[in-house]
Amino acid sequence: MSGLPISRRGLLAGSALLLASTALPAIGRAQTPKKGGRLIVAADSEPRNLNPAIVASNGVFFISSKVVETLAEASFDGKDGLQPRLALSWEGSADGRSVTFKLRDGVKWHDGKPFTSADVAFSALQVWKPLQNLGRTVFKDLEAVDTPDKLTAVFKFAKPTPFQLIRNALPALSSVVPKHVYEMGKIEDNPANNAPVGTGPFKFAEYKAGQYYRLARNDAYWDKDEPYLDEIVYQVLPDRTSAAAALEAEEIQLAAFSAVPLADLDRISKVPGLKVITKGYEGLTYQLVVEINHRRKELADLKVRQAIAHAIDKDFVVKTIFLGYAATATGPVPKNDPQFYTADVPIYPFDVAKANELLDEAGYKRADDGKRFALKLLPAPYFNETKQFGDYLRQALAVIGIDAQIVNNDSAAHMKAVYTDHAFDLAVGPPVFRGDPAISTTILVQSGIPDGVPFSNQGGYKNADLDALIAKASETLDTSARTGLYKEFQKMVAADLPLINVAEWSFISVARDTVGNIANNPRWAVSNWADTFLAG
Amino acid sequence: MTRALTLLRRRLVGSVFVLLIVVIGSFLLLEAAPGDAVDAYIVSTGGDAGMIELLRHRWGLDQSELTRLANYLWALLHLDLGQSVTFSRPIRDVILERLPSTLILMGSATALSFGLGSALGIYAGARPGSFRDRFLSIGSLALYAVPGFWLGLVLIVVFAVDLRWLPIGGIETVASAKTGVARARDIAAHLVLPVSALGFIYLALYLRMMRAGMAEAWRQDFVLAARARGLPRRRIVLAHVARNALLPLVTMLGLQSAQMLGGSVVIESVFAVPGLGRLAQEAVAGRDTPLLLGIILVSAVLVIVINLLVDLAYAFLDPRVGAGEAVA
Repeated sequence: MSGLPISRRGLLAGSALLLASTALPAIGRAQTPKKGGRLIVAADSEPRNLNPAIVASNGVFFISSKVVETLAEASFDGKDGLQPRLALSWEGSADGRSVTFKLRDGVKWHDGKPFTSADVAFSALQVWKPLQNLGRTVFKDLEAVDTPDKLTAVFKFAKPTPFQLIRNALPALSSVVPKHVYEMGKIEDNPANNAPVGTGPFKFAEYKAGQYYRLARNDAYWDKDEPYLDEIVYQVLPDRTSAAAALEAEEIQLAAFSAVPLADLDRISKVPGLKVITKGYEGLTYQLVVEINHRRKELADLKVRQAIAHAIDKDFVVKTIFLGYAATATGPVPKNDPQFYTADVPIYPFDVAKANELLDEAGYKRADDGKRFALKLLPAPYFNETKQFGDYLRQALAVIGIDAQIVNNDSAAHMKAVYTDHAFDLAVGPPVFRGDPAISTTILVQSGIPDGVPFSNQGGYKNADLDALIAKASETLDTSARTGLYKEFQKMVAADLPLINVAEWSFISVARDTVGNIANNPRWAVSNWADTFLAG
Repeated sequence: MTRALTLLRRRLVGSVFVLLIVVIGSFLLLEAAPGDAVDAYIVSTGGDAGMIELLRHRWGLDQSELTRLANYLWALLHLDLGQSVTFSRPIRDVILERLPSTLILMGSATALSFGLGSALGIYAGARPGSFRDRFLSIGSLALYAVPGFWLGLVLIVVFAVDLRWLPIGGIETVASAKTGVARARDIAAHLVLPVSALGFIYLALYLRMMRAGMAEAWRQDFVLAARARGLPRRRIVLAHVARNALLPLVTMLGLQSAQMLGGSVVIESVFAVPGLGRLAQEAVAGRDTPLLLGIILVSAVLVIVINLLVDLAYAFLDPRVGAGEAVA
């Protein structure tokens, strides 16, 4: 199966697909997998640490997920949206204090040593819990991992921990690294962080800084038929325009993570031999969010926040900034999430008159020059779209008499200004939804987070009821009760607007026709590519 | 020979001070930029407060600016450039790995712009005011006005994407395992486009300078004398007019080397050349102060060495220069 070629006519279909339930199988002409070949892929950055057990981020996974495997991977049609990898099954106890993993037999590390439950215990306790960016939160109550035999690992939690959360965390947070490689010396300084050793279908072969990474086929992979490819080469192409040119010149065969800018997709979709694929990122949804500094007296007023929400034309943003490759948002959980999303929340249709009315009611009348008050607006520089939305927001606010001054910073400076110094009134941010609100979403609105923590509530927002709801959900074990609480959470956030969710988007892949089995799971770009092949 | 040695000695003493000022100045400037290496890193990963504190401590960013500057200078005294936080490797290794690409790119581009620029300048300046003079002057100015990245992109679209004569980027074919002559040819093919993009832009400078110098020289008495002696025009152009116009170009060459380093940042990004310019950009984005200082130091040394060579060449071309120093 191959992906879905997109034309201009197909734009709407494309965005609908992005939203459609995750169970849609890929459409396209069938190809029979073929062995061999080198797949050359564009890479736009070079992560400084390639250990996915320490740095659970898409930039690292893009390369390392082919080398280091997780306990389970996301799936379009598997139970609970998962398919087995290193673990064959997972079972949570009723009291929420333990989770039992049955592990795959006959798996070997790339250096030939056998993979056992000791590796899982080591990874969980020594790496995920103390060192991993996301694991430090999700596994904070992990107390011990019992290993009754070589193929069983039992996670023991000090406090009841929802099994649903652990399950949802498996695809991104459970990369297993070899104990025998990491047990000597400091884990952070281990050379394997830059040349990872795993159990995956590909071995880490070579890295030339500024040029390329090369992964080579693991002949001893546990799935005897896979991988199909002999090699994967990531060619470092730092310039945003070069990925498209390299695809056209047939120097590379795949550009993932929207390495080809949205504005080029229409043209490139017409190039013979290339296909544009919008699937395969359903599990990696980014959210376009207006972050609000509630320390500003005007913004502490709910009416003002509602007015801002009404002033934003979300459809326009999706059509003009994202060229249709996105969806409008209603709240803090994206529409394409199969477990938690609810549409039953207060909504803020685009309505300038209403916005003006609300501002008048709040007591911020227009001065003689037509302006009510001025704000400092900091768009995050990480994506073209966040910057463009900043420009749009400035114009939208001008219409309702709010004079927003844009402050442009580079990544590090933006980080410091917004999340440490709080030197902003409004900011545009792209938080990521990671399959469960407790992983990285509730933190966006929860109070009591220390200064300097990125992608968290640094706007000084405090709502005791919302805090209580988040706390309750974090210890609710029953899956449906927990899901219900997060639906309630979405309602409260949409009602009180600690931040404004504008749109949800994900990435686009462009590949040559010859690349097969693309986008066959919701985290395809960061999955192991064992079944990816090159035809003809 | 003594003249050269005296020059060398004086330059070295001066250079140490220049380098010291460059290092301290750059350090303070980079410190003044908002955000540090941990801020830059955490953008791509996220993380909680404890992790951020841990990283600041591990990367030594919890020390005061003064302590870090003192530590850096002390290490520098022992010829140790320190450890890069973005690469978790010794800075010396990181820079040495990138230096050849930049040197070969800069060297070829300088040779192209200087060689072709002065040759065309002689051609234009041989008959100032003629059609070919005007055509070349305007043409080269147009090239000079073109932004480097744009010229690079146009070259890519035409020669790499449409015609497919040349590779679109990189310094060599990735993971090709080529060696010897095959590898050299591969690298040469990869260099054609970036060298052209970088070289053509600066070509105008040399062309205009050569042409202006020659137009000036034509009016000098010695040219009149040469003509009166009945020398062939060709000889007058090359040996008398052009030679006299050449000196300022050599000065320009020295000045240009520094600019070329700056221009290569853009060209290296567009053509994905793993060089120092791109490394510098990454160092700034990642707030990797020691790495950036290392790059600046190496670049400064490079510029100083080139200018020293230029001075020596100058002394060679014009015996009047440095005559005083030789006596002293």
